[in-house]
Amino acid sequence: MDTELKNKITIRDLKLWYGDFEALHGIDLDIYSGKVTAFIGPSGCGKSTFLRVLNRMNDRIPSCRVQGEVLLDGHNIYDAQIDVVQLRTHIGMVFQKPNPFPKSIYENIAYAPRIHGLVKDTQEMDELVENSLRKASIWDEVKDKLQQPGTALSGGQQQRLCIARTIAVQPDVILMDEPCSALDPIATAKIEELMDELKSDYTIVIVTHNMQQAARVSDYTAYFYLGDLIEHGDTHTIFTSPVNQKTEDYITGRFG
Amino acid sequence: MSTADLIFWFFGGLIPLSAMAFFLARGKALTAENSQRLHSRPGFYGLYAVIWLALPALAVSLLASIAHMFHLFSVPPIMLLTSALALGGAGLWFALGQVKADFRARQSVEKVMRGLIFTAATISILTTVGIVLSVIFESIRFFQVIPIWDFITGTQWQPDTAFLIGAGRADESVAPPLFGSLPIFAGTFMITLIAMLVAVPIGLFAAIYMSEYASHNARGRIKPMLEILAGIPTVVYGFFAAITISPLVVDAAHAFGLEADYTNALAPGLIMGVMIIPFISSLSDDVIRAVPQSLRDGSLALGTTKAETIRHIVLPAAFPGIVSAFLLAVSRAIGETMIVVMAAGLRPNMTANPLEGMTTVTVKIVEALTGDQEFDSAFTLSAFALGLVLLLITLALNIVSTIIVRKFRQRYE
Amino acid sequence: MNKVKKTAPSTNFMSGTSNPRQKQRERADARFRWYGLAALGLAFAFLIFFFIDIIGQALPAFHQTEVKVTVNYAEAVKSNYNKAVEHKLRRVVSRAWLRTLPRYLAAHPDLVGTSRDEWVPADSRVDQYIKQHDGHGLKTKYQHIVDAMQKENRVRQVFNSGFFNSGDSKLPENAGILAAAVGSVFTLLLTMLVAVPIGVMTAIYLEEFAADNHLTRLIEVNINNLAAIPSILYGLLGLAIFINFMGVPRSSALAGGLTLALMTLPIIIIATRAALRSVPESIRDAAYGLGASSLQVVWHHVLPLAMPGILTGSIIGLAQAMGETAPLIIVGMMAYIPEPPTSILDATTVLPAQVYTWSTESLRGYGERTAAGILVLLTVLLSLNAIAVKLRNRAQQEW
Repeated sequence: MDTELKNKITIRDLKLWYGDFEALHGIDLDIYSGKVTAFIGPSGCGKSTFLRVLNRMNDRIPSCRVQGEVLLDGHNIYDAQIDVVQLRTHIGMVFQKPNPFPKSIYENIAYAPRIHGLVKDTQEMDELVENSLRKASIWDEVKDKLQQPGTALSGGQQQRLCIARTIAVQPDVILMDEPCSALDPIATAKIEELMDELKSDYTIVIVTHNMQQAARVSDYTAYFYLGDLIEHGDTHTIFTSPVNQKTEDYITGRFG
Repeated sequence: MSTADLIFWFFGGLIPLSAMAFFLARGKALTAENSQRLHSRPGFYGLYAVIWLALPALAVSLLASIAHMFHLFSVPPIMLLTSALALGGAGLWFALGQVKADFRARQSVEKVMRGLIFTAATISILTTVGIVLSVIFESIRFFQVIPIWDFITGTQWQPDTAFLIGAGRADESVAPPLFGSLPIFAGTFMITLIAMLVAVPIGLFAAIYMSEYASHNARGRIKPMLEILAGIPTVVYGFFAAITISPLVVDAAHAFGLEADYTNALAPGLIMGVMIIPFISSLSDDVIRAVPQSLRDGSLALGTTKAETIRHIVLPAAFPGIVSAFLLAVSRAIGETMIVVMAAGLRPNMTANPLEGMTTVTVKIVEALTGDQEFDSAFTLSAFALGLVLLLITLALNIVSTIIVRKFRQRYE
Repeated sequence: MNKVKKTAPSTNFMSGTSNPRQKQRERADARFRWYGLAALGLAFAFLIFFFIDIIGQALPAFHQTEVKVTVNYAEAVKSNYNKAVEHKLRRVVSRAWLRTLPRYLAAHPDLVGTSRDEWVPADSRVDQYIKQHDGHGLKTKYQHIVDAMQKENRVRQVFNSGFFNSGDSKLPENAGILAAAVGSVFTLLLTMLVAVPIGVMTAIYLEEFAADNHLTRLIEVNINNLAAIPSILYGLLGLAIFINFMGVPRSSALAGGLTLALMTLPIIIIATRAALRSVPESIRDAAYGLGASSLQVVWHHVLPLAMPGILTGSIIGLAQAMGETAPLIIVGMMAYIPEPPTSILDATTVLPAQVYTWSTESLRGYGERTAAGILVLLTVLLSLNAIAVKLRNRAQQEW
């Protein structure tokens, strides 16, 4: 299975500061195309911060400064020539708390394709909305109420709506920042199932504090601790025979 | 061509031209989009063209009006109009040439929009600068004629002969005008004092009732009702004070065997106090409610009554906030104009008797600027000197109150 | 302090207490609550007294006295309108009406030479006398005439439509609020056109774009100070900068509107900032995550959600500007304006300034018109405030 691994994102010596505080200390990491990579680690270890580095959501924090290279298909996304807005159409993001727009379900999906000019007419838009909702396995639940507000759905449905919304932009990579932390176990199971289906089309990076989830859904796992990447590798290896003592302590529940 | 015509033709020309520019550039982008993928959505190329049309035209006319204001040079309106629109046309031509796949129209448009938003944000600063400059410049001119020391410490305000100085006809035969502002400030102080004596107890107790005793629903009804008091225009309060309250005060004084002027300080003071009640009550209500519930619980758990808890725990905790509300209310009272213009007197009077007529800073400002004297006369300029003092006092009160409130917030948040 | 005396409550807390100290504390407790109620009671009593007084003064202005006189449309009236009525009635009928006769005759030549009985507006002093107001100023001689006319049913009161469809006049019976109302509309339109976009943009800058630096903090402190500056100082700004420096015509809606706009700016900025802040950060995250640019995030998502709050703030600002008088007097908007303005550069007055000018008139007839003007102003302002409160409540329910 490791025979044809291709780097989707390559991170080299990435450092990040909030003001004077160095939050990430030189991370080197490869994220493979068409795989699910999980970031685990105790809270405050920098895993969410690092995730936001990958689509430059950190740009919104004025005190935040980044140094190093993040290559998406060989292009450095921190290059001055990069248009952040276009970058984010290649790397979509799903957030911790479901955050549908207070608009109709249809509008939630249609918004991004419209501002990016991805479709020509309403018929194409209808198709795109349906396809995105289908891919996010929520079409059957909402197909009769597309004009109802997205905020009226249940938490799990809202999160799948947010995933559908991200898919509608046709990104290569989907970043998920603890997407199930606000959901109940049944809704969580559905999202996990969905991730398994999506990884054939997308590269997925997921931050999770739930190690069982990481073990279940991911192909690769990266363990972060206090702003350092401690260990990275095939999920099975990390969970059965970690090289680093800190990783072993964490996954066996000795701390964290 | 009059200024009004000029403005009409300028905007009458610019607005349809902008619409045209938008559709022209967007159309071009839409056509281009058939063969290749553009960086931005066609609409952004349209907006880009509008910016290149409107900004140069606006810049030229702004430049011309500034030059006109400073009397540097003057451009004939027709020439200004044509040159502005011609420049806009050139801008449009340039923008149309930029409809290309690799041109980032969205980023350019957003840069300009951000600039526009930032410019808007600086207008509030320009306003302050404008107020400060307008009072300072004219005050300097005033103090060139009237020594500042006489203004601050003088007890006589007799500006009647000031116009003679302005007209250059001052000689020994007429008494020099006197601009001693003390009696005016004494009047302001007296009326403010009366207002606060009304507003503080009523406002504070109303706030205590609303925050500590009233149910949520009752509070929701009481608060808007009280705020009606703040929504009544001051000219209405002035009319009410002058027509209804003043005669009542005079009658009441007679009943006690006292003499009262119809322009007594009591009537405007009382009404100003009523006007200020909602200031005190709303601000105090907010700070009282900001006192953490745990403090009240702690006190009640010791077996104190509700009133004791409020008096000994809640009010001391909220005290800084209440002081700051008080200071804001004082600054409001000092700067209030219409009530005193309509109900207080015009005669400067240094007295401790609130039944006598007295005048205030704001009354004198209005009097000086609505008369028919030349703008250069010391009498007119005195308004700006009084305005300067008013500005300094209110700014000081506001700054002190802001600092107090910030300290208060830090303690509980 | 080692002998702490244990008091009674522990044994009889179920049945109330007879401890005199305890009773005193309870009375103090009740009294304190009563102070609060009394304060509110006083405030509301004032409100009621105020409204009853103003309405009582204003109501008579909505009726106008008319008298039935024989109007003589002689040729001579064209040159001397006084000849249209009997000599003794010249002070009974409205001079404002008499003045219109020559033009009326010129327009209706067929009337020349005829005479007929007509209901015509009475002089203000007659009007006040009929309404039995003190200080009506009608001479005894005319009082008798009017009394006699009343017996013959030649005096009546009709709805005073002239109050709403004419401008200011030097004759109280002819003075109306139309010119001032149109002036208010002109001025306030200008105020809102300037203040709302600039205010909303400033708020957007501070909430969405501003870096946390000295300039931003300066702008913030400055806006709070502006909100506390007395309105009359904005008048000084308007006079010194707009009129004397920039050459804006004195008394014009432009001068007044710009002055009021600067005064309203802080209100709108503060309300808009609060509204923007109440939009959850997760909405911004979602839009940014989909590749919306910062302006698209604001324009497509944040502003629509903040709209009720922005509207509320704008309406409150509008109401404040509408009732403001002091700065407008300074920029000359208390001029005598009989005709509604047709441009923002014309000399203009506004409702509150009209109220102020009428209140300074000594003739009794202006008194009730002042109160009536106030009533109109208050009705509009209270409706605006009610709308704002409704909007605010609805906006709060949504989140």
